[in-house]
Amino acid sequence: MSDNLTLPAPQGTSGTPADALLEVKGLTKHFPIYGGFPIKRRVGAVQAVDGIDLTVGVGESVGLVGESGCGKSTTGRLITRLLEPTAGSITYAGQDITHASRRQIAPVRSEIQMIFQDPYSSLNPRQTVGSIIKSPMEVNGIEPEGGREKKVRELLELVGLNPEHYNRFPHEFSGGQRQRIGVARALALNPKLIVADEPVSALDVSIQAQVVNLLQEVQRELGIAFLFIAHDLAVVRHFSQRVAVMYLGKVVEVGDRESIYNRPRHPYTHALLSAVPEVGVDSEAADRERIRLSGDVPSPIHPPSGCRFRTRCWKAQDKCATEEPPLVQLSGNGDGHLTACHFPEDPTTGSRGDDIVMDPALMAMEEGDTPEA
Amino acid sequence: MTTLTKTEDASAPTGPESFLSVRDLKVQFSTEDGIVKAVDGLSFDVERGKTLGIVGESGSGKSVTNLTILGLHNPRTSTIDGEIVLDGKELVTAGERELERLRGNKMAMIFQDPLTALSPFYTVGRQLSEPFMKHRGASRKEARDRAIQMLEKVGIPQPKVRFDDYPHQFSGGMRQRAMIAMALMCDPELLIADEPTTALDVTVQAQILDLLKDLQQEFGSAIIFITHDLGVISHMADDLLVMYAGRAVERGTVREVLHEPKHPYTWGLLSSMPRLDSDLDQHLTPIPGSPPSLLNPPAGCRFHPRCAFKEEVQGNLCSEVRPPLGDGRAAACHLTAEQKQTIFIDKIQPRLR
Amino acid sequence: MLQFIIRRTVGAVVTLFLIGAVTFFLFVAAPSDYASLACGKDCSPQRLEDIRQALGLNLPITQQFWDFMSGIFVGRDFPTGHCTAPCLGQSFYSGEMVWSTIMDRFPTTLTLTAGGAVVFLVVGVGAGMIAAYRRGSVVDKVATSASMVLSSFQIYLLGPIVLWIFVYSTGWMENPGYVPITQDPWGWFVGMLLPTLVMATIFTAQYTRMARSSMIEQLAEEHVRTARAKGMSRKYVFFRYAWRGALIPIVTVLGIDLSSMLGGAVVTELTFSLQGIGRLAVDGAIHKDLPMTMGVMLFGAFFILIFNILTDIAYAWIDPRVRLS
Repeated sequence: MSDNLTLPAPQGTSGTPADALLEVKGLTKHFPIYGGFPIKRRVGAVQAVDGIDLTVGVGESVGLVGESGCGKSTTGRLITRLLEPTAGSITYAGQDITHASRRQIAPVRSEIQMIFQDPYSSLNPRQTVGSIIKSPMEVNGIEPEGGREKKVRELLELVGLNPEHYNRFPHEFSGGQRQRIGVARALALNPKLIVADEPVSALDVSIQAQVVNLLQEVQRELGIAFLFIAHDLAVVRHFSQRVAVMYLGKVVEVGDRESIYNRPRHPYTHALLSAVPEVGVDSEAADRERIRLSGDVPSPIHPPSGCRFRTRCWKAQDKCATEEPPLVQLSGNGDGHLTACHFPEDPTTGSRGDDIVMDPALMAMEEGDTPEA
Repeated sequence: MTTLTKTEDASAPTGPESFLSVRDLKVQFSTEDGIVKAVDGLSFDVERGKTLGIVGESGSGKSVTNLTILGLHNPRTSTIDGEIVLDGKELVTAGERELERLRGNKMAMIFQDPLTALSPFYTVGRQLSEPFMKHRGASRKEARDRAIQMLEKVGIPQPKVRFDDYPHQFSGGMRQRAMIAMALMCDPELLIADEPTTALDVTVQAQILDLLKDLQQEFGSAIIFITHDLGVISHMADDLLVMYAGRAVERGTVREVLHEPKHPYTWGLLSSMPRLDSDLDQHLTPIPGSPPSLLNPPAGCRFHPRCAFKEEVQGNLCSEVRPPLGDGRAAACHLTAEQKQTIFIDKIQPRLR
Repeated sequence: MLQFIIRRTVGAVVTLFLIGAVTFFLFVAAPSDYASLACGKDCSPQRLEDIRQALGLNLPITQQFWDFMSGIFVGRDFPTGHCTAPCLGQSFYSGEMVWSTIMDRFPTTLTLTAGGAVVFLVVGVGAGMIAAYRRGSVVDKVATSASMVLSSFQIYLLGPIVLWIFVYSTGWMENPGYVPITQDPWGWFVGMLLPTLVMATIFTAQYTRMARSSMIEQLAEEHVRTARAKGMSRKYVFFRYAWRGALIPIVTVLGIDLSSMLGGAVVTELTFSLQGIGRLAVDGAIHKDLPMTMGVMLFGAFFILIFNILTDIAYAWIDPRVRLS
């Protein structure tokens, strides 16, 4: 029945920017598991990323959200070619870099940079800040005008650090400042795309905003495209123009920020948004739907057949187990708003008549409460 | 400064009915680098059946405070002053034996990361049973029945089977449920939850938060809920205490503190945090700088080096005199009530759209 | 678990074979010819040839290797007689069968190892645990500084001092030596007392430090704190929760120490002039005695592999994460 609701995914329409900088098709990463007796052999695979499509336009910021184990970090590492894809293709500025060798990828590598989550372990403690930021230029043999040291000082200033601190070591800086160093290092080669993997989640709330603002300035003023990977939905909403929601190695919904946050169709997106605890007055909170899933995300070693979310979904039917829903534009969705669901939800996040509570313990207690209330 | 601390002491809330009352608590640790003043003159009350939220960033002293209530600091490296009275019993001076009888019994704790907070060496069932056998003198069989009942209560499927599993065989959310079940084994009257959902995914967090709320209704425990997440706290707490660098800077009901905040630090927290419903063009306004080292904290108001409004206070009050935290609804800030009102309405509220 | 043991045993046998092969070919490839050494200064070509013949050195290397390896399983015939399995060959130097020489010497080394282990596990680990339990107390300070001083000592320094005090200057004790326990239990005890204690002293110091530091590390673990927060007593938490985790590093080092001691406590044996496996290894190397060296080598390697497996089994016993993954 949902079939006649769906339209074929539009190719190259306004939803996916025409001037795509990065294009990912059917990207897959399976980590093999070895075991067995007496001879060790491949007994299975962690299907970390399983056939995702994603586009990042020039200067665009795309958010990638999902819970742990959904494959968002693996995706980032595949795109920066820190991991070798099992299948699929990665096209950067028209060039296929999926399996490019070190030499082939060299010119591209300087244009794609990464910012890591942990500002404590991603900087070499034995190097000065100057040499940390300088090293990408040295590795790539780039000699900027006025010399590398001058460039480093400019970068330090750009990210809001004192250029005088050139010769200091990472441990002399606070967490937020270290993350700024990480940003300066990523900027050293004038990249066109930065993959930021949970860049603020290790930081205190008051510091997070400093780094988010810095990244936003960098993105807007230098025209750098971002793939912003995070689990914090509010931060992703604040930072990204388009957002992709991942679940268990698949993109389940993608679209512009407005569509994803205000008119989500996939039940998982609904559940995710409803789960975010918000600073709100009680009356405001009452306006939002309440969905409580049961249990945790299943193991990516044996993901459910068909739609991977079906084991925790309140709308699941037989079809969901047998047929994997394609990521398509549903009728009623805006351009570029794609959803992979056989039985999509209404495009609203408002409160519904009944809460959806799948959790057995909550169900038991809340039903028990009702007669007394 | 000392005199002002005293005044605060005298004017601190003294509800005779409060179940837990902490007065002028000071916790110091001696380290190789010097003395860390982790908690400096903290007072608060918790009533039966109510939830007090303590919010603060790392190093604010929120976790230290709660380990102090349980008496879990090493007496060799820490100095504790002040009063902690739980249901009429003074805890700071209480002996180890007495504290052992209270811990896990009258007061229990839920820790942040259930993977490291549960022993990898013993089954979940055994770890649940232990406090029940110790405090209630129950037999192994009775403890087992109780543990299975509690595991079921917190939503662990097949509790009879899972009783004999080890923590590493549980998923993250299930481990935290087991941890909650463990804390509730002896029907504690005070439950301290230290960032209980920080290590969890957002959909699992929502399940656990609701579970804790429902359990509180059923068990009627008082809860101290510690977190850095204002969203979580607004969902969970009745009253709220905002801590910064070892001191309480603002106190009130959750509604008061989050909707009419009076302290520049609370303003900073709220305006540096994006929300799902905030205006998309609204720029975040971070708090400049980073939290101070507690080895050598700033004099006067500990927040003054990062405060955007210190110029509005006359003289050197901010850098020299510790602002007192008054009774009930209060903020420890030298700004006058009118100033706070004006700044909030003119400058802060527009940022929170 | 059974599967694990079988897999590891198969692995151990393969490793032993490889060790044997490597040692054998290294030794043969080395630029020294045992026959000409044995022949002496005024050596006639005829005599050299005879020696070669007698030792089997004239056979092709692969044949020599095959003879050696098959001898381990089925025994071997030498001109001087039959060598029953496990036959590790016949010493070039003494003409004795290597296996029986090793078996002669092994009780000495075994006594040292077992006696030493009892002392350093009981005293060393015990002192370390007490020090950790009473961290910062006088007991802790005494234990820490004593172990610091003792572990900087060496057996070849402590040994002669002890000998001088107890044997040469006061004459309270006889010169140490091994007497089989079956012959004279008291003589065995007295004879091995000094060497065992001296060796154990050094190890005790190390085990004290290790046990103390790993207990302290474990006491700082979050799950230990949780157990305290449940109201479990300090003692209970110390012995049930912290101790379990502290066992892992202790077992690891113990496995390495025991296996290397059983393969020959060289320094102790030389210091006290004991005829143990270590002494045998040194002599074999000095005399370029290929069969003896290989025999001792394989014998030592056997213990290393056995203790490796035992250590892994111990891990599985201690830690369910190992057992159930």
